[in-house]
Amino acid sequence: MEGILGNLLIGFIEVFKLQAVTFSGITMTLPFNIIMCLIGCLLGTLIGVLPGIGPVATIAMLLPVTFNLSPIAALIMLAGIYYGAQYGGSTTAILINIPGESSSVVTCLEGYQMARQGRAGPALATAAIASFFAGCVSTLVIALFAPPLAEVALKFGPAEYTSLMVLGLVAATVLASGSLIKAIAMVVLGLLLGLVGTDGNSGVLRFAFGISELADGIGFVTVAMGMFGICEIIANLEQKENREVFTKSVGKLMPSKEDFKRMVAPILRGTVLGSALGILPGGGALLASFASYTLEKKVSKYSHEFGKGAIEGVAGPESANNAGAQTSFIPLLTLGIPSNAVMALMIGAMMIQGIAPGPQVMTERPQLFWGMIASMWLGNLMLVILNLPLIGMWIKLLTVPYRYLYPSILLFMAIGVFSISNQPFDCLLMACFGLFGYVCVKLGCEPAPLILGFILGPLMEENLRRAMLLSRGDPWVFISPSKPISMGFIIASVLLLVIVALPGLRKKRKEVFVEET
Amino acid sequence: MKIKSQQDWWAGLMFVALGLFFIVFALGTPEFINNIVGTKLIGGYQMGSSVRMGPAYFPVVLGGLLTLLGALVLFDSIVEEGSEIAKFHLRPVLFLGLSSLAFAYLLKPLGLMLASVALVFISAYGGHEFKWKEVAIMAVLLVIVSVLVFVKALSLPFPICPAFIEVCPIR
Repeated sequence: MEGILGNLLIGFIEVFKLQAVTFSGITMTLPFNIIMCLIGCLLGTLIGVLPGIGPVATIAMLLPVTFNLSPIAALIMLAGIYYGAQYGGSTTAILINIPGESSSVVTCLEGYQMARQGRAGPALATAAIASFFAGCVSTLVIALFAPPLAEVALKFGPAEYTSLMVLGLVAATVLASGSLIKAIAMVVLGLLLGLVGTDGNSGVLRFAFGISELADGIGFVTVAMGMFGICEIIANLEQKENREVFTKSVGKLMPSKEDFKRMVAPILRGTVLGSALGILPGGGALLASFASYTLEKKVSKYSHEFGKGAIEGVAGPESANNAGAQTSFIPLLTLGIPSNAVMALMIGAMMIQGIAPGPQVMTERPQLFWGMIASMWLGNLMLVILNLPLIGMWIKLLTVPYRYLYPSILLFMAIGVFSISNQPFDCLLMACFGLFGYVCVKLGCEPAPLILGFILGPLMEENLRRAMLLSRGDPWVFISPSKPISMGFIIASVLLLVIVALPGLRKKRKEVFVEET
Repeated sequence: MKIKSQQDWWAGLMFVALGLFFIVFALGTPEFINNIVGTKLIGGYQMGSSVRMGPAYFPVVLGGLLTLLGALVLFDSIVEEGSEIAKFHLRPVLFLGLSSLAFAYLLKPLGLMLASVALVFISAYGGHEFKWKEVAIMAVLLVIVSVLVFVKALSLPFPICPAFIEVCPIR
């Protein structure tokens, strides 16, 4: 325990460290990291409030901007966007029944009913309290669980890593909605696209078709912006704009004594559930909030009130989605394996900064690791303090019509992509991936698994090569008893696939996701 | 044979085509096609052995897997009922794509200001409503913001003015 406190102290010192920052020619001494955390949280809340732009597109948009920042400042800001979005998404869900973020879809169910009964204030406060509590606990969970996990991971050889990536990718597809086979196919396609460019081993230029810009491979930011950013805009433009905003007065914020009594248990349950689901590959905020809502509906004494504004239905899912959002950083920070599209982008951000994601990050760069964890707790504190007073402003922003928003988003995306290599080619590629992403969505294939595969493609090939070299070309090395960890990973992946593919479960899974969406 | 799920049918076809595409480009064109055409159409890369995998090894394995999965999806599409493909909206796709291309290829010759204006106008035309005045105001505002944020604050090396103007009034 003491070791953890010491480590967290390192983190807090790092976050509050004063730095000399040169900004357009003027040098200032500022606690730059905490400022970036604040910017990240505010931006996250903003995009959380605005429907039609999610954290994936936003982080992709900002990645080129972070080239010039220090690694820690960049990661702190990007992380802030992700968990900030969880806070922001619930605001619109409660007030106007529009989930600003997919993970706050459930909050609409009870939160909006509460608002209709004139209890919008307590609902918002409950969401904030629940999120904050879950944020604190899950930060501790990360601090407790990450070091031992990283220690285990440090012993992994190439065979274990290859199997781990397989497990991570399989789990991510199993928990995704939609067709399983199509999700796996998207992962494989992502792996293949990740191989475009110069092969690290032989120096051969693969799948470049004489285009010199492809020598370094397809830009990660480019793919993410195309498949998520552009694709999201097109999907939004499909619908006729009718965003009715009725700003009712929020009323008093403070929940009553009875409210407090009723929210304690759901918050605790939601936090535990969310923390656990967040760690699993493919988990994260969305799954956690749905699971928590279902659980509360089952166990609550007030289950007859569900659908009519039960406070449990706000407290549980809100704590679960924030806890899940935070703990999904654990596989990223300890194993270097992304569990969802946002985490894949964080890996991209680390690689851009020259950090190889994996267990060695914690030992080699303790400031970065613990600084990021400390920033998450501080970020949660900022969000809960800032969010409630700023609700009025966020609601105002909602009245901005989408026809003003999307050209701005597109312009920032184009500038960001262009700035990566100062070539028009990347913008062309972004447009192509936007079109491809749109086609994929129309064909019922989700883009998120592709991004996961894309980021892991080169890593997986490298580890596979090494493992095969060490085993003298024996493919059974991954499931040989001499490598029990690797065998475990493979068995787990196969089991997962079999379980999901079973006819009974397949039907059930379909029903669950239909109910959810 | 009747296709029961249009969505799965086309998705399966896409995956099979992409899988074969990667295999062919990794391995090169097969011998008999080379003989027909007379030259080696596609070079391909070294396959190597399982001990020392060449650059073609992993792509071929993955391409095979993708083709297989695509075939499974195809099979699914004639067995199981599925959804129709939702309407494809060409207008936003076209104008969003055009606008980012216009921006990309106009930025160096015409500078950030004019390229941004082009992007805003073209992309706004892809929406439901297009009002000249509104879009013009928006374009001016966005130009100011992007010059301040990206060129001034973040010091990206973009030209602000068109290349043919010798002395740019904004610096």
